[in-house]
Amino acid sequence: MKYEYKSPIKFEYVGKPMNRIDGFEKVTGNAKYVTDMFFPNMLYGAVKRSPIPHGIIKKIDTSKAKALSGVRAIVTGKDVPYRQGIYLVDRPVITPDRVRYVGEPVAAVAADTLEIARKAVELIEVEYEELPVVQDPRESMEGEILIHPDLANYERLPIYNIEPEKNVFHHHKTRKGDVEKGFAEADVIVEGDYALPQMYHAPLEPHAAIAFWDFNEKLTVWSSAQSPFTLRNLIAYAFKLPRHKVRVISPYVGGGFGGKAGINMEGIVIALSEKVKGRHIKLVYTREEDISTVVRQGMFAHIKTGVKKDGTIVAMEAELIFDGGAYAEYGTNVVRAAGYTLPGPYYVPNLKTDSYGVYTNHFLGGAFRGFGHGELHWATERNLDEVAQALEIDPLELRLKNVLKPGLTNSMGQTIHHDTGDVEACLKRAAELIEYNKKSEKPSNPRKVRGKGIAGLVKAPAMPTNAASAVVIKFHEDATVTLQASIQEIGQGFTTAVTQMAADALHISPDKIDFVMPVDTDVNPYEWQTVASRALWTVGNALYRAAEDALNQIKNIASQVLGVAPHNLEVEDDRVYVKYRPEKYLLLKDVVMGYTYPDGHAIGGPVIGRGSFVPEMLTNLDLETGQGNAAAEWTFGAQAAEVEIDLDTGELKMLQLVGVFDAGTIINPITAGGQVVGGMIQGMGPALFEGVKYNDKGYPLTVSFTDYKIPTIADIPDEIKYDFVQTFEESSPFGAKGVGEHPMISVPPAIASAIYDALGVNVNELPLTADKILNALDKKNNK
Amino acid sequence: MKITFTVNNENVEVNVKPNETLLDVLREKLYLTGAKEGCGNGECGACTVIYNGRPVNSCLVLAPEADGAVIETVEGLTKDNKLHPIQEAFIEANAFQCGYCTPGFIMSTKAMLEKIPNPTKEVIVERLAGNLCRCTGYTVILDAVKLAAQKMGGAE
Repeated sequence: MKYEYKSPIKFEYVGKPMNRIDGFEKVTGNAKYVTDMFFPNMLYGAVKRSPIPHGIIKKIDTSKAKALSGVRAIVTGKDVPYRQGIYLVDRPVITPDRVRYVGEPVAAVAADTLEIARKAVELIEVEYEELPVVQDPRESMEGEILIHPDLANYERLPIYNIEPEKNVFHHHKTRKGDVEKGFAEADVIVEGDYALPQMYHAPLEPHAAIAFWDFNEKLTVWSSAQSPFTLRNLIAYAFKLPRHKVRVISPYVGGGFGGKAGINMEGIVIALSEKVKGRHIKLVYTREEDISTVVRQGMFAHIKTGVKKDGTIVAMEAELIFDGGAYAEYGTNVVRAAGYTLPGPYYVPNLKTDSYGVYTNHFLGGAFRGFGHGELHWATERNLDEVAQALEIDPLELRLKNVLKPGLTNSMGQTIHHDTGDVEACLKRAAELIEYNKKSEKPSNPRKVRGKGIAGLVKAPAMPTNAASAVVIKFHEDATVTLQASIQEIGQGFTTAVTQMAADALHISPDKIDFVMPVDTDVNPYEWQTVASRALWTVGNALYRAAEDALNQIKNIASQVLGVAPHNLEVEDDRVYVKYRPEKYLLLKDVVMGYTYPDGHAIGGPVIGRGSFVPEMLTNLDLETGQGNAAAEWTFGAQAAEVEIDLDTGELKMLQLVGVFDAGTIINPITAGGQVVGGMIQGMGPALFEGVKYNDKGYPLTVSFTDYKIPTIADIPDEIKYDFVQTFEESSPFGAKGVGEHPMISVPPAIASAIYDALGVNVNELPLTADKILNALDKKNNK
Repeated sequence: MKITFTVNNENVEVNVKPNETLLDVLREKLYLTGAKEGCGNGECGACTVIYNGRPVNSCLVLAPEADGAVIETVEGLTKDNKLHPIQEAFIEANAFQCGYCTPGFIMSTKAMLEKIPNPTKEVIVERLAGNLCRCTGYTVILDAVKLAAQKMGGAE
């Protein structure tokens, strides 16, 4: 039997450009974020923070702060003896005994005004006994200074390996094939070190939350959160509350990029509100506080690759050591995802990977757009370039020779299928767009040189095997529809895309559908999280089921009225009609609240469609070999760059950035394009200048937008080009999967590759600043 | 102290402290929350409003300095329930994602187009370099500004 997949959905609106539905609110200033919310009699919160990177709290004296008029509550770690964390429960809400980074919360105040709250914070006196500081995760693994002496006792999901004596909060292992045998077969072995610093999300809206603990023991939290349901779960877990007594409401989020996933600062304002029941307390972080809340982990990598003369990869051995900062919690899974995805979109028969998450006295490393994949691809793509240099073959040719194809297995032993995605097509199209085979034009200034580079990428959603979604579709009297899916609108355009998908699933036009905002855990159906570029895929599946459920209810009512079997009925636009006699029909508006016969008796009732979905056929990974079904679907891609470098100053100018992605069906070319361009520029930041810096004692130096520079409109390349390969993903009736994170991933290695093309030097540590480029050039010239 | 100023063509009188900022007054006293606080240090432009015809970071303007001033915020752009052409242009060009920086960009654009009806790309880049956006990658914002200039009758 020849297998052929047919989508059950006819695409009318899916695939067509549709302007964003959140535009009117956002251009008028009417879109409301948590920072814009005010309640009568509201109090303001402020946080006392550790001024040192590592130490024991000897004494906290709050008496002067308490005496200040207008102060309503003060909490220290002793008042909230709870820890929180999505995968590893290692982070106190407020630390009671030990500080592990500069900026760690040690106390908090609620007062009548923000001014009073901040003044009270200044009046809190804390005595510390300083401890030695560890900044380099490689040094931290020696275990001389233990940052979490109690690590072995922390609760954690059983899918993580801790090594408490080495400050390791997760050690991921991949063991596939036989690396020793593989290296023995290799003609050439190339190894190298690759590094990158911590990176800051820098959403324009800082972390913000409002808490209200009522006397009936119901807690309501308004939070700028990517994951209202997971936040509810983590709050309830930490504060030992029943889920139905915790309500999280999340309006528009002013940029998340992973930094607003899980739980962040909400626990602090909740702890305050437990002390001042019946009053709203608002806590909004300053930019400096926001930077110290969560960052992307730094990384040191060592990669060793064995190849045949013709470029066939036979073995790879990799070690990734992540600077996880003071607390791991979410970061455990970043370390795991990077570990299991390595070597990226290539087939490596013999593979050994060790990915370590290590505590240091830096800001805590959590989720960040790309979730470890920007880090791992920096190491592997750089290494592949060096392999190509050693073999004297073209870097693109090397990649094309080794791409994952149907029938081959990835690092976890999962088989690639015809619908998994086509990285070869992405690489070829990216090469075409940047005219890879044509040398860069020579600039008129002889002291400037140009070059082009290319890199591949792959990422699957990194999520628990049971990360679920649910959708509810409610019909109204006039057959218009309210759609409840609980993915947050964090800027990605989900509300627009899902409206188009719902229109096609229900066979009605998008203007008859309204998306419910904000996400409210008391009102909305469950959604795991708005992370991992998984929404189109997972919600797509839940939405299809919800739509089918609603359509079946409509057909069942109409079937009784028309005397026709439900399977012979079809719903379209404003009516439900007999498929083979379309002139026989009922108007939807006469059916969706139940049908009322002329004599008054009624049947049916309001149509409410519901659909749930959990990822299918996933398993945990074997902790010793990393083999198993951890990934449900993958988005592949390729990125290319062209740069111009000043030989005298090392200054780099971006001429072109290119991205091509196989994300299956593109639901809306406008919003998908927005993700691609925005993601590539966000990827250009850490490539060229972004990075969290600390001095040699562990004090952070980059705590404002002046010291932590992100790309401005003046930094964008002369040209940005992108395209999509659309291999239909058959595990969703829409054939669609994510493209939100991917555009960031391989921008840095593509740029580094272009630098090599221009100058013949490898710069293997991000960011690719002028001094590093000049140093590498000097080294080459002095050889 | 008491200050009076014009905001979006209406006269207002508010009690302020000398150390309060114009942004605080707009957001916390007048509930005009379109202007956002992104940094409080004049580094991100999310709080941009028009002050006597010039774009300013309202987080850097002390409230007493607003006494007697003419202030325009994003809330003042719609007239007779209709969007301003710059707002239309931002929608048509999809020149926003999370939307947090959008009011600031729109006000910077308005201040620019009132002085320079037909700006070159270089001028746009220079005038908008103080407004940070972490989502869009800026290309759509450039498109929106050019489209707005056309709509307002300035462009080619």
